[in-house]
Amino acid sequence: MTLTFLLQVAVGGLLMGLIYALVAAGLSLIFGLMDVVNFAHGELLMLAMYATFVVWLATGLDPLLLLIPVALALFALGVAIYHLLMARALSVQFNRGMVQIFVTFGLAIFLRGAAQFTFGSDFKSVSTSLLANRTIDMGGIFVPLPQLAAGLVSLLAFAGLFAIGRTEFGRALEATREDREAVALIGIDRDRIFALGWGLGAAAVGIAGVMLATFYYVSPNVGATFALIAYVTVALGGFGSLFGALVAGLLIGEVEALTALLIEPSLKQVGMFVIYLAVLMFRPRGLFGTL
Amino acid sequence: MPPLLEVDGVSKSFGGVAANVDISFDVTEGEILGLIGPNGAGKTSLFNAISGEVVPDAGEIRLAGHRVSGLPPEQCALLGIARTFQVVRSFDSMTALENVMVGAYARHSRTRVAMAQASETLAFTGLAARADVPAHALTPAEKRRLEVARALATEPRLLLLDEMLTGLTPVEAQSGVQLIRDVRARGITVMMVEHVMEVLLPLVDRAVVLDLGRVLTIGAPEAVVRNPEVIRAYLGDRYAAA
Amino acid sequence: MGTSITRRRRQELIIGVGLLAVLALLPLPIHDVYTRNLIIITVLFAGLAQAWNVLGGYCGQISLSHALYFGVGAYVSTLLLTRAGIPPTIGMFAGGALAGLMALLVGWPCFRLSGHYYAIATVVVGEIGFLLALNWDWIGGATGINIPYRRAIGDSWLWLQFRIDKLPYHYAALAFAAAAWLVAWKIEGSRWGFVWRAVKDDPVAARSLAVRIFPSKMAAAAISGALTGIGGAIYAQYVGYIDPDSVLYGQLSILIPLPAVLGGVGTLWGPLVGAAVLIPLSELTRSYLGGSGRGVDLMIYGALIVLVALARPQGLASLVGVRVRAPAGADDAATA
Repeated sequence: MTLTFLLQVAVGGLLMGLIYALVAAGLSLIFGLMDVVNFAHGELLMLAMYATFVVWLATGLDPLLLLIPVALALFALGVAIYHLLMARALSVQFNRGMVQIFVTFGLAIFLRGAAQFTFGSDFKSVSTSLLANRTIDMGGIFVPLPQLAAGLVSLLAFAGLFAIGRTEFGRALEATREDREAVALIGIDRDRIFALGWGLGAAAVGIAGVMLATFYYVSPNVGATFALIAYVTVALGGFGSLFGALVAGLLIGEVEALTALLIEPSLKQVGMFVIYLAVLMFRPRGLFGTL
Repeated sequence: MPPLLEVDGVSKSFGGVAANVDISFDVTEGEILGLIGPNGAGKTSLFNAISGEVVPDAGEIRLAGHRVSGLPPEQCALLGIARTFQVVRSFDSMTALENVMVGAYARHSRTRVAMAQASETLAFTGLAARADVPAHALTPAEKRRLEVARALATEPRLLLLDEMLTGLTPVEAQSGVQLIRDVRARGITVMMVEHVMEVLLPLVDRAVVLDLGRVLTIGAPEAVVRNPEVIRAYLGDRYAAA
Repeated sequence: MGTSITRRRRQELIIGVGLLAVLALLPLPIHDVYTRNLIIITVLFAGLAQAWNVLGGYCGQISLSHALYFGVGAYVSTLLLTRAGIPPTIGMFAGGALAGLMALLVGWPCFRLSGHYYAIATVVVGEIGFLLALNWDWIGGATGINIPYRRAIGDSWLWLQFRIDKLPYHYAALAFAAAAWLVAWKIEGSRWGFVWRAVKDDPVAARSLAVRIFPSKMAAAAISGALTGIGGAIYAQYVGYIDPDSVLYGQLSILIPLPAVLGGVGTLWGPLVGAAVLIPLSELTRSYLGGSGRGVDLMIYGALIVLVALARPQGLASLVGVRVRAPAGADDAATA
């Protein structure tokens, strides 16, 4: 095994890690805001991928052009999910913790069924795009263009999320996160902040979905794999920490790539799971968790 | 025979802020000891140290001559230290009786015995009629009593009451005072944190005054309220003028 | 005052025995294979949900790794049968014991975590088990294990194999569900039950009353895991074939608690009511609407879960006048 080859694998892990991080960022945002783990997060990703695929199939538009429209559509979907379901789930008197889990799980099943109903259960993929099937040579390391673009878009999205964190809205998010009761007193509309939080979380996963669609197949069950990795990423980085999600995503991408290379490809996820459990033993709230 | 409880040079700080500094005093078996001081004086922190929730950075706490500091709360409870909480904690999925049974199980593993013991304790605290009411449906005053009943059901030697009378109406507070006297009459030593001075002072045998984490003075309530330092630090104009 | 508790518990026991009799007779007039299968699966899930309820409901630990205990039970009893010739009536207890042990092994690191960290960690542990089984050739890997029908023995209770008439599996499942129910009933009236509910409602107050949190959770996990494992072993014998996709898959870890959660978490009747409503509904929608992978069945099932969870957060059992424990409970568990 040459150094170049090792580097090749490491770069692959890095780029995949950036996608994982972006998927996790939306989950982490929603969790940090209202203590809800969205078990339909993977299905939001799946919907974004289908949206990309369908528009590409119908119009031939390049997926890259769909980044903004799909993100906006997912934003609207996130807000709708909050208003239709989560606002109610948060206000129940009994078993609030479990109701949240099972409402989002029920939603996940519903969305999976809806995708299967609409698109069938076979795999689809976007076969032509500006990026498809191109690689670039970086000093002997060949990097597939779709993955590289996805990584760069993910970094941009993170920059955007960090920038939002510095705006007035971001500060309102932060305040709502820290003290849910007190924000009402200083005139922040909690319901609106929560809805926007869901919108933003869904938009982030929407961007990840578009980029993922350029090099990954789509099926009704595609969300499950990515959602599981997202849960691990969020818990590893620390619930509610955007920076934690970024670091943990990269770490997981690398661990996955190296496990596949050094141990056994079919056990690539076991490596990341074991690392995650090991970290939680020493930091029960993740690497950067405060909640 | 050593005193029931010895607090010996206990210090504790949280993130660089000193909550308790070199605190020493004894609690005699059978007395009611008041622990007073302005907000942030370190009263609850000291309670938490005695009941095992926090481990002191320095010093030692002994119950009947045996070291208890460093032991976890469940161990302290088994050794005979029971407590109530400043913010009421009840088991809301259970009835009043079931709440108290949790305490009773500390000494009796058989359900029949634990239930009898809990029933008796509920009656003692005046909650017999509310036995089958879910804990979350009790009034605030009843919840306070329920906490006392639950603590008593563990058959403690020392009962720590953290602001048990705070927030009650005068009538409720008076019956709370009576309950504390009844508890002592059972031979249980009581240590209490309280803000309502008018109620506390006639009730306690001795008072320990804390200020900024240190012991300001210890003595009979009448002596304590006349102490100029105490007046300055805490009790304020009302008592200073008297 | 305590008498009201004693009286209620006696009533519950009488209703339980009556229900057991009804369920024992239920499949007798039904000869249609499909409906009988539906009844067996429903009864099995009532038992599994009750087993989960011990840890998730009474003790308040939202465990999402029960597929692992189910799978361990199924694999252990099956391997004992196919590799060592040990009858599954013995093997299922070995499977249960190992599943209980596995639950302790999972609990040891995971119970140090709180709230969602705990839930996610259990998901991951379950997934590790699935992936390892998939790659472990000795236990059949992805191909799974076929349980052969032993002709020389024929239909036999000892070997838990019935080809001619599947009815005995109904009684095996019913015995399992009844045992799980009885364990829950026993727990409700014993020290453990009180301690667990105290741990669920308020761990700080529980500790001040001499409750040791970690051993309490471990005890709940062991009982819950062992019962689930026995359920897995019975299931394996019933379907005659196991692989990671059928007994260890991640979604099973949500399907097992689902009847308990929708029926009434931490209650005696919740898992039963939940299974009685949910399993037939999901099976019926699947067979009438799920043909050719249309997905309508999943949509209905998913929507149903959402509706019940939102409309009856305290569980369906509360609709039929069953005493339901008040708020807080599981809510606190999420942050405890």
